[in-house]
Amino acid sequence: MSDIAARGYAHPEMLASTEWVAEHLNDPNVRLVESNEDTLLYASGHVPGAVHVDWTADLNDPVRRDYITEKGFSALASRIGITPKTTVVFYGDKNNWWACYALWVFQLFGHKNVRIMDGGRIKWEREGRPMTKDVPAIKPARYPAVERNDKPVRAFRPEVLVHVKGKGQIVDVRSPEEYAGTRMHMPDYPNEGALRGGHIPGAKSVPWARAVNPDDGTFKTANELADLYLKTNKLKKDKPTIAYCRIGERSSHTWFALKYLLGFKNVKNYDGSWTEWGNSVGLPIEK
Amino acid sequence: MPALPQTLQAVLETFEMFSDPADRTGLLLSYADQFREVPAAVASRPFPKHHLVPHCESEAYVWALKQPDGTLKLHFAVENPSGISAKALATILDRSLSGLPPSEIAAVTPDIVEKIFRQNISMGKGMGLMSMVQAVRSLAKAAEAGR
Repeated sequence: MSDIAARGYAHPEMLASTEWVAEHLNDPNVRLVESNEDTLLYASGHVPGAVHVDWTADLNDPVRRDYITEKGFSALASRIGITPKTTVVFYGDKNNWWACYALWVFQLFGHKNVRIMDGGRIKWEREGRPMTKDVPAIKPARYPAVERNDKPVRAFRPEVLVHVKGKGQIVDVRSPEEYAGTRMHMPDYPNEGALRGGHIPGAKSVPWARAVNPDDGTFKTANELADLYLKTNKLKKDKPTIAYCRIGERSSHTWFALKYLLGFKNVKNYDGSWTEWGNSVGLPIEK
Repeated sequence: MPALPQTLQAVLETFEMFSDPADRTGLLLSYADQFREVPAAVASRPFPKHHLVPHCESEAYVWALKQPDGTLKLHFAVENPSGISAKALATILDRSLSGLPPSEIAAVTPDIVEKIFRQNISMGKGMGLMSMVQAVRSLAKAAEAGR
């Protein structure tokens, strides 16, 4: 943790180094959770002892565009063998993009004892650490049902609209092309994206991947993050902030960086994101 | 709507037989494991950008080479080491479409992605994979037109 501790984060305890994870592979109080965009990855090889949390099957409601219920979360927690006291360490592909998404969903249910493995799968693999295809035999655990509480970390459309009218801080983490409205969807498949291109009025364009070091996928230092978010994009830590992307996964990564690494006091993820905003009647857009 | 090539239709029927997600994953991984990158005789790094599949975050490239008998041979490269799904799809497309005339390849539509992967992919990933199929179609149409 010394390297992470030296980076000046507001909450360095939210990151676990690959070294720390390697030392705790057999720790009964730690559960490793792999969550990827490419759902084939886990089966192709994963950190020994890690369980797979599939963002589509395990975190999303199968019918409504929403997340799992209290009952669903308890069932998931039981399946992966965690209790409220378990330290859950998330990691995945794409610089932990989906790992942050899974961590964010866990926050809806108040599971606070969570971390992100800095650097994710890529760093672990490049360091030559062990990988396995064996799925761990997990003894189901009892996790009491906890009421889902969206309010602290999740923004819905009405709140975003109020935020827009009040000229609040909004961060668009999509690509500059998506932000500008020049990329909306794949040709011939307009329904895969949004009918209108552009961004939410007043949103700052800060692509999510700028928060990480491209060579090893680790998060940039607090000073570097401050330069990016506070200095260059003039965001204030003490002001309510909303992050969004297309469906709320990339923006979870930025939410994590702002909240835990820079210490933003009130930052939420608008998971309806551009898919909702860009397709809604009566909502303003900018290009 | 033109019928799919029989070789590809057989692949889709195989996936339909696997209702268990774990079995489907295993089948897809077997395809990914059989992925063969474009040979150096055809292309070498850095790969030309006009062969890059748009919207595919696995950084996939595709080539369609016309053979002496008029059929096409497909080649792929996937630069993202985590692009397992892209490699699986590339292998499926190569094995089921290489050796066919351009007109038959051009009949393939991107909705095969959903039939192969079902809903267990993100929107972005799905778009990327469909874009790969679309890129193959575009190359086939160009070959059919003699370009």
